[in-house]
Amino acid sequence: MSASLGAFEAALEPTLETLTHSPEGRKVLTCMQCGVCAGTCPYGDVMEYPPRRIIGMLRAGVLEKVFTSDSLLNCVACYSCLAKCPRNIRLTEVLLPLVKEQVFLRLPEVPAELHRALQNILRYGNPFGEPPRKRTAWLKTLEIPVRILAEDPRPVDVLWFVECENSYHPRGQDVSRATVRLFRALNVDFAILGNEEKCAGECARLLGETGLFDTLTDYNMAIFTKYRFDRLVTSGTHAYDAFKYHYPSSGFRYPVEHTMTFLAGLLDRLKPLLTRRLNYTVAYHDSCCLGRHNGFYEEPRRLLQAIPGIRLVEMVHNRVNAICCGGGGGGMWMDTYYKAKGYERLSDRRVREAAASGADVLAISCPYELARFEDSLKVLGLDGKMVVRDINELLAESMEVS
Amino acid sequence: MEGDTWVLVEHWRGRVTETTFETLALGRELADSLGGRLVAVLLGHQCASLAAQLAAADGVLCGEHDALAEPSPESYAEALHQLSSARSPAAVLIPLTNVTLGIGTLLGARLGLPAVNFCKDLRVSGGNLEATCTIYGGKMEAVVAIRRQPAVLGIWPGVRPVDKGRLTGAPPVENVPVTLPQPQARFRRYLEPEAGDIDISQVECLVAVGRGIQDKQNLAVAEELAASLGGAVCGSRPVIDQGWLPLSRQVGKSGANVKARLYIAAGISGAPEHVEGIRQAGTIVAVNTDPHAPIFSFAHYGIVADAIEFLPAFTEAVRKRKQGA
Amino acid sequence: MHFLVVFRMVPDVVEELEVAPGGKSLETEYLRMIASESDDHALEEALLLKERHGGSVTVVAADAPELDDALFSALAKGADRVVKITGAEFGLSTSRMAGIVAATIRHTPGLLPADLILTGTQAIDDLDGLIAPLLGFHLGLPSLGIVTSVECQPACGAAVVTREFPDGVRGQFEIPLPAVLGVQAAEKPPRYVPVAKVRAAMKSGRIEEVPAPEPAVAPSLEIVRMSKPVPLSHAEMLEGDPEMAAAELCKMLAGRGLL
Repeated sequence: MSASLGAFEAALEPTLETLTHSPEGRKVLTCMQCGVCAGTCPYGDVMEYPPRRIIGMLRAGVLEKVFTSDSLLNCVACYSCLAKCPRNIRLTEVLLPLVKEQVFLRLPEVPAELHRALQNILRYGNPFGEPPRKRTAWLKTLEIPVRILAEDPRPVDVLWFVECENSYHPRGQDVSRATVRLFRALNVDFAILGNEEKCAGECARLLGETGLFDTLTDYNMAIFTKYRFDRLVTSGTHAYDAFKYHYPSSGFRYPVEHTMTFLAGLLDRLKPLLTRRLNYTVAYHDSCCLGRHNGFYEEPRRLLQAIPGIRLVEMVHNRVNAICCGGGGGGMWMDTYYKAKGYERLSDRRVREAAASGADVLAISCPYELARFEDSLKVLGLDGKMVVRDINELLAESMEVS
Repeated sequence: MEGDTWVLVEHWRGRVTETTFETLALGRELADSLGGRLVAVLLGHQCASLAAQLAAADGVLCGEHDALAEPSPESYAEALHQLSSARSPAAVLIPLTNVTLGIGTLLGARLGLPAVNFCKDLRVSGGNLEATCTIYGGKMEAVVAIRRQPAVLGIWPGVRPVDKGRLTGAPPVENVPVTLPQPQARFRRYLEPEAGDIDISQVECLVAVGRGIQDKQNLAVAEELAASLGGAVCGSRPVIDQGWLPLSRQVGKSGANVKARLYIAAGISGAPEHVEGIRQAGTIVAVNTDPHAPIFSFAHYGIVADAIEFLPAFTEAVRKRKQGA
Repeated sequence: MHFLVVFRMVPDVVEELEVAPGGKSLETEYLRMIASESDDHALEEALLLKERHGGSVTVVAADAPELDDALFSALAKGADRVVKITGAEFGLSTSRMAGIVAATIRHTPGLLPADLILTGTQAIDDLDGLIAPLLGFHLGLPSLGIVTSVECQPACGAAVVTREFPDGVRGQFEIPLPAVLGVQAAEKPPRYVPVAKVRAAMKSGRIEEVPAPEPAVAPSLEIVRMSKPVPLSHAEMLEGDPEMAAAELCKMLAGRGLL
């Protein structure tokens, strides 16, 4: 259920008119209206148009009604419907972005928080509205020098695409520094784009702001062609999806990995370095992109289990059933909108489950999860019981670094 | 440059405003440097009684006309133009507020002179007037030299302490006739703010509470401080999420960007999501039990203390000061 | 009805501003320009008025870096015509710019007559005056600033506008048309325009260019120097028990004119 796109990658991106021209598009129409998608959707109780209904209306020729409703703003692109569809229809990949693009074009008013985030991404390359020139500020407190391609454009093995949260958010910056320490200890030949790096645009695309995605793609491709590197490794889970599945149609030809799978691939070299014992009970939260979408369930667990002293526990909903943190598909910037409608935050729901698992550390690998879960812990008053740590932070902590 | 320094008196609903007193304080310094008098220019309709509050000036020039009954930039500028053409002051200082906005520009246009805005400081240097102006949202200061008079100057609120310009007494008052046409923009009526919630992005003084306030009951402490300061209470996200304050009071990434002149952050750690909303605040005071809380990098004044203990003490101090003034 | 919107680009203060080597102006190497915030509101108000009354919206702006993006964005939002004034030199002088814009508006066919000219009430670089009253002065039109709502009554040749005063109070004024309005806030927040629409406007839309007429004689601004204000890197910590710290804080705030 989580196979790669395969044939779809080669096809042109379908539009609603050309849906039947591509194999994956035609597959959409094989829907048997079972409703599993609606049942598994984390916002299913408020989603007026789950995939089942959308396809039904597509067949009946009344799709316009979906476009003029704002219900699809509730979709956080968690890939649950895609993962559970018994027909294997690539719902989150194919159908939903097309529909959401039309919804977005017709929205009478874009919610204020989302409006600001999108404007900031367009203008400054990050949703925070921070200047591009501060994107590498996190390097200042790092004892290890990091190569920035604009300053030193020699060919490099790994282009590490840091991602927005991990560049600007204080906790994300902690993760970036931990990642550098790991790369250094593993002698990875890497460099970053530095202040030239801008958002990969995947969440804008998933939300339906395809124009913004296209603009960012144009920009990023122009930057990539300036440098020579063998592969791209990114800390952003959505960025991973963008580079792996969508940038190729704009000419991106490099192998792509997420830092988590990259490190898992180096586990035989990494494990001997993990000498400090960490006596934590850890629950790992499966990220939607890495987990349901790409099937990387065991790699993060292998990494965690390589740390001496770690006791791994599972939350009730794990692996394919994990509950999304609510950050994807624009959800990161829709909290005020959902709150005004009275919805519970998905991250609150997940954090309660984490606390009930008996873990004292909630381990994650997606930058959105870090900010959202820490915030939920604070709001629910559980921050005395549990902390949130990126896997890289735990790995770095277990390395006795001199 | 020589002559008198004029300060346009800003009055609103029968009161001389605090910005007028601040501007008078600055005007006094300028008048002394220029060797001329400080004159308060009181324009309005049936406003002569306000002259008693203007004792910081050497004299009051009072021009009354029914076209000046409501703040109308074109009428005020025309009146100022008539008066300044007849009397040649060295400088005309006009506070920059919602009441007076536009008057300086129109006056400058009539005189064929620049109206220099955003002034926070004035000095005389080599016979010329130098105005220090903060521009670009406070990110830069520009010093502007003014050689021709009258210098028309728009003055920021808060340039000098209010007390320095607030003296009561019996300054000599000269009543002058002004001839004015009816303004082209005709005033119809005032629209009072609706009862119900306020727009915190428009409030000048805010007391913001975060998780450090610990419990809904403790909001009262913030509310009392806000009342004593003439401001309003707002909060960071956790407080709103708990339901202690309505959504309209949220500051930060998912709430309002505030521009308050005084912002008191009580029990707020200073997470980026909150700080994003206070970047345009004037003076930020932070109260937090954690000396390493990030908020202290953004605040102007910091107190390491429990907000629940500090806020009442501060309220008391503010009340004492206001009574003593 | 015909609505004219005067737009302006100002330094984007999200970026760190630096002083140029001469010490009298901004360093331009990393300088980015952005549409003045209240001009965005002026455009939004014009678009709302067009939706209500029909007619057209024309945006006029003096050339500046990144202006084209703002003009295409205006087209994508619903403006009918966008006009760029080329060759205008005005430095940091709003009053000089206002003179040039007013002269251009008068001399360019089709811009006048306009029922309403809307622009932002104030910009962060209005060092020597506000543009709305200056435009009114040069064009011989009445003007009003800090406007938050506009109700046109074309049959009477007037508009009823609300303007902000202190304490949340607003004042209602009646102003004859044509007039110049300085908009503080549009009746709705400036609309979002999907990037796809802006990209489409860039392909199929057109920015008209008109040369600036001879520079108007305007009083010049003499900038002696420009500098960054002394930066604040950490709060001044006030010591002592709550009572002592409170008293000290009162003193500090009073000194800043805040109490």
